[in-house]
Amino acid sequence: MKTLRIVVCVKYVPDATCDRRFADDLTVDRDDLDGLLSELDEYAVEQALQIKEAVDDAEVTVVTVGPEDALGALSKALSMGGDKAVHVEDDDLHGSDVLGTSSVLARAIEHTGYDLVLCGMASTDGGMGVLPSILAERLGVPQLTQLSELTVKDGVVTARRDGDLASEQLRASLPAVVSVTDRSGEARYPSFKGIMAAKKKPVETLDLSDLGIAADEVGLAAAWTKVDEAAQRPPRTVGTILADDGSGGRQLADFLAGRRLV
Amino acid sequence: MAEVLVYVDHADGAVRKPTLELLTLARRIGEPVAVFLGAGAEDAAPTLAEYGATKVLAADEPEFVEYLVVPKVDALHAAFAHVSPAAVLVPSSVEGKEIAGRLAVRTGSGLITDAVDVEAGEDGPVATQSVFAGSYTTKSRITKGTPVITVKPNSAAPAAAPAAGSVERLAVTVAEASKGTEVVSRTARESTGRPELTEAAVVVAGGRGVNGDFSAVEALADSLGAAVGASRAAVDAGWYPHSNQVGQTGKSVSPQLYIAAGISGAIQHRAGMQTSRTIVAVNKDEEAPIFDLVDYGVVGDLFDVVPQLTAELDARRR
Repeated sequence: MKTLRIVVCVKYVPDATCDRRFADDLTVDRDDLDGLLSELDEYAVEQALQIKEAVDDAEVTVVTVGPEDALGALSKALSMGGDKAVHVEDDDLHGSDVLGTSSVLARAIEHTGYDLVLCGMASTDGGMGVLPSILAERLGVPQLTQLSELTVKDGVVTARRDGDLASEQLRASLPAVVSVTDRSGEARYPSFKGIMAAKKKPVETLDLSDLGIAADEVGLAAAWTKVDEAAQRPPRTVGTILADDGSGGRQLADFLAGRRLV
Repeated sequence: MAEVLVYVDHADGAVRKPTLELLTLARRIGEPVAVFLGAGAEDAAPTLAEYGATKVLAADEPEFVEYLVVPKVDALHAAFAHVSPAAVLVPSSVEGKEIAGRLAVRTGSGLITDAVDVEAGEDGPVATQSVFAGSYTTKSRITKGTPVITVKPNSAAPAAAPAAGSVERLAVTVAEASKGTEVVSRTARESTGRPELTEAAVVVAGGRGVNGDFSAVEALADSLGAAVGASRAAVDAGWYPHSNQVGQTGKSVSPQLYIAAGISGAIQHRAGMQTSRTIVAVNKDEEAPIFDLVDYGVVGDLFDVVPQLTAELDARRR
C-alpha cells in the first residue's frame, strides 16, 4: 500500500461557453452539449500531483460520479498525471442533488481508500462550493477548504485560507478533505506523452450496488430539493452605446443622473 | 407562527447588512430567531430586534475562533434542536455556505445555496436562484427535512419591524471531532474604508484596460461611495487583490449600478455581475462582449472618460 493515498474528486460539466440549458425534467441538460473537466478541478489535480512529487510514495486516484461522458473528465486528469481513476456510473444517479451525490462520492472514496481528499473550490456548473465541507462531514474527517496554499508533510496538512476579512493559517492531521482555489497555482497542460500514457491507466467503473447504495436513495425522485421552474432570463436590452467624442464622461453623468443613480 | 433561524453575520458585534436582509426575508415565512455566535451579542441585539428578531440565541465559545468552521456548526445545530425551526437562513458567504451544508447533512435536510429571493409557498419556502452565469432563473424548494437556504447579499431591501429580540444564552457543546482543523493564526485584512464588494449598491470595476493603474477607477468609486472590483485579468496581473475579483472564481455581485472600465466581459466575468440592475461600460474596443450587456456604453479611452465622469459628478454635487 502506498503511504499517501490521494483521492481527487472531479466533475464533468457542460462547457460554460456553450448555451447551457435545462432538460424537460429541469435537470441540467448534459446530452447535447460539449462537456469537459470542470476548470476549477484542474487546480485540485495540480496540487495532488505536486504533493505526490514532493513525497516518495504517493498515489493519485481521480474519482467522478456522472454519466458515461464523465469519463472525459477522468481522462483529462489522468493525462495530467493521475495514476488511476474510479468512475461511479449508474442511470439511477440522474438528477441527484448535492446531498445525494456527496453520499455516493463519500462511499466511493471509502471504497478506494484515502489519506487526503482534494477538491476544487466549486464546480463551474452548479457552483455551490459546498461539496468539500459536506464530504468532510460525511467522512468524519477535518476540512481545510478554499485554500490558496497547502503543504502535506509527515501526516499533517498546513495551509493558508484567504477570506474577505482575514487570512488564516490552518493545520490538521490526515486523513482530511481539502479544497483549493484558483490561486493555488496554475494547472499543468497534459503532455503528449501524458495523453498517450493515460489510455493505459486503470479506470474502475462502479455502480450503486457495488457501493451498497439502494437506487431509491439517490437520483431525481429522492433528491432533497426540487426545481419547480427554470426560466431563461430575457436577454438584456442593449442600451445606448456611443463613441467618445471628448464628452463621453459628461454624457455618462447625464445618463446616471437621468436614472437617478447618482 | 413557526420560527425561522437566521444565522447572524457580524464583525465583533456590528451586524452586517446581509443579516438584516435575511431577517426581512425570514419574516415572510415565520418569526425570525437570530443565532449570534462570538462576542458582542448584547451590542447586536437592538439592531437584530429592530429588524424583527423575536429572540437572539447567543453563544461565545473559544472554539469558534480556535478551529475552522465546524464548532459553529455544532452551535447552529444546538439552536436547531432548541427551536425546531420551519427553515434556516444563512448568509451566502464562503463560511456561511459551509455551515449550512454541514447542518443540512446533520439534520437530514435539503439545501439551497445562493438564493436571490425567498418567499412563502404552499409546500414550504420557495427560493429563487440565478444560474448558468445569470442566464436562467430557477425557483426551487426543499422536499426533505427542514429547508436550509443560503441567501446572497443584496437579495432584499432591509425593512425594520421591531420585535422583542431578547438575548438568550444557547448551551453549546463543541464535539472533539469538530476540532479537527486548528486555526494557527489569523491576519486581518487592512480595511480600505470602502463598502464590502458583495454588499455595495454601486461597484466600479477595472480590467486589463487599466494597465496597472487603478487610480481612475478608485477615484470614481470614492466619488460614488462605491466598492472597487477587478476582473480576473487585472488580479492575475497583480494590479488588485484577489478579494476584489468579480467573476466565476471571485465574487458574484448584484448592485444597483455596475461600472466596468477596461473590462472586455468574458463569460467568467459576466457570471459574477450579469444580474446587476444597471450596467455601464467604458472600453476602447467596440467589439468587447461587455457591450452586449450594457444599459449605457462609451467606446473610448477609460483614462479620458472615467476622470471626466468623476469630475462631472463632483462638480454637480457642489
